[in-house]
Amino acid sequence: MVALVIAEHDNASLKASTLHTVTAAAQCGGDVHVLVAGANAGAAAAAAAQIAGVAKVIVADAAYFADGLAENVAEQVLAIAGSYSHILAPATAYGKNILPRVAAKLDVAQISEITKVDSPDTFERPIYAGNAIATVQSSDKVKVITVRATGFDAAAATGGSAATETIGAVADVGKSAFVGREVAKSDRPELTAAKVIVSGGRGMGSGEAFKILEPLADKLGAAMGASRAAVDAGYVPNDWQVGQTGKIVAPNLYIAVGISGAIQHLAGMKDSKTIVAINKDPEAPIFSVADYGIVGDLFELVPQLVAELG
Amino acid sequence: MKVLVPVKRVVDYNVKVRVKSDNTGVDIANVKMSMNPFDEIAVEEATRLKEAGKVTEVVAVSAGVSQCQETLRTAMAIGADRGILVETATELEPLGVAKLLKALADKEQPQLIILGKQAIDDDSNQTGQMLAALLGWPQATFASKVVLEDGKVTVTREVDGGLETLALTLPAIVTTDLRLNEPRYVTLPNIMKAKKKPLDVTKPEDLGVDVTPRLKTLKVAEPAKRSAGITVPDVATLVAKLRTEAKVI
Repeated sequence: MVALVIAEHDNASLKASTLHTVTAAAQCGGDVHVLVAGANAGAAAAAAAQIAGVAKVIVADAAYFADGLAENVAEQVLAIAGSYSHILAPATAYGKNILPRVAAKLDVAQISEITKVDSPDTFERPIYAGNAIATVQSSDKVKVITVRATGFDAAAATGGSAATETIGAVADVGKSAFVGREVAKSDRPELTAAKVIVSGGRGMGSGEAFKILEPLADKLGAAMGASRAAVDAGYVPNDWQVGQTGKIVAPNLYIAVGISGAIQHLAGMKDSKTIVAINKDPEAPIFSVADYGIVGDLFELVPQLVAELG
Repeated sequence: MKVLVPVKRVVDYNVKVRVKSDNTGVDIANVKMSMNPFDEIAVEEATRLKEAGKVTEVVAVSAGVSQCQETLRTAMAIGADRGILVETATELEPLGVAKLLKALADKEQPQLIILGKQAIDDDSNQTGQMLAALLGWPQATFASKVVLEDGKVTVTREVDGGLETLALTLPAIVTTDLRLNEPRYVTLPNIMKAKKKPLDVTKPEDLGVDVTPRLKTLKVAEPAKRSAGITVPDVATLVAKLRTEAKVI
């Protein structure tokens, strides 16, 4: 039994999601190999070889892997899929985009967003926005799995010394082309990797009002997030969204400001270590999951909190 | 140009589902069912493309129990021209649905298939990508903008950390994200009109597709409960608790 992890990377470095996926792969019971399909991705491949517990890194390098187009990466995975009992990718925009193509071509089911490995063929995954946890068993010859990062600790990024093998890249599928990217510029940590998150909801009232959260996020070195209601209202960009249809996060400290706590939002943050809720409505569902709640006007409380933090 | 829009009947967005006491699944008896919200966005997008004169026909497709006909009628009330139901009592998995859709795409020959990025019941986020692979078509998932012109579709995608734009040759697959559009309010006259639109019913066997599930659900359980904490009177108490009790700052 050998498990293959599809590395998420930007050619220069690995994304943290890859480390969590390696942990899940190791729990499937056999050796772990990592595929780095990229363009001039030597640095990312070198980083993969350092991950503790990785036996082999397979590198496929071609210009048309530069932007992670699903069609091309999936073909590269399929080219080597025959050697593996498990194929795993992070359940991020990157992994979710690629892996179902692999599963369909292998004619196997995909098991999405697992949070636990019970045995090499049995996995736990949340359904209905996390309101239920399903335990599913696969009888397929290859288990194709996406991994929810918050369910698994990150593998150590150093300490390993995996062999690296370079393989020939598959041909460019050529049906899709990368046009461009607008990366939100931010000095803040990435939402899914942040230790502290400050999130705002519909209670903020406007996009302008989110500025009041910035000093708080600055003080705590926090990432900024939002509820779907705030995204729907156009206050902030969609990639801030925490919840069932956005990002799943589990920081040490999650501060929910003006967020009522809809089921779909709770699904994205209830595994946080400590949750603080600031809301003017004492009946808001967010208080049912918060460790510490303050009832009051966020426009008064947030500046007070910033001052108190010194 | 024809567009195919698959739609799924799911437990309504506002319903909080309960796990059955025997842990075999969630209780959906007597629960309000609706069209998957992301699929509604897909139907709206296809309808807007038709209204803009870029598309000539919008065909809504569903698979599942006979009540899915209601979901198809909703799609036709938004603007789909006709509906196709692949009727089956078998619990469908994304791979089975993708195979059914491939068979229908082979028959209908659409140039574009727009699907929701995920269904809010099983949260799989697989069907569009699987269908693209089976058809050998390119895909743009999690779309927030779709521009159809000159034999290609240019799609802006919601990815981690920002937006990404791809250009796909047609035929192609697009899956919708939340901000692609805001589906219209369905009016009574359009609901009445939708009742007269053609709706064909077929079966997986007629399409030569085996939809037997591949995964066995051993158990469905309640998630671990998080207990409510305490309400603190002021910000000073909060900061003290975070420092000394939770030790997170």
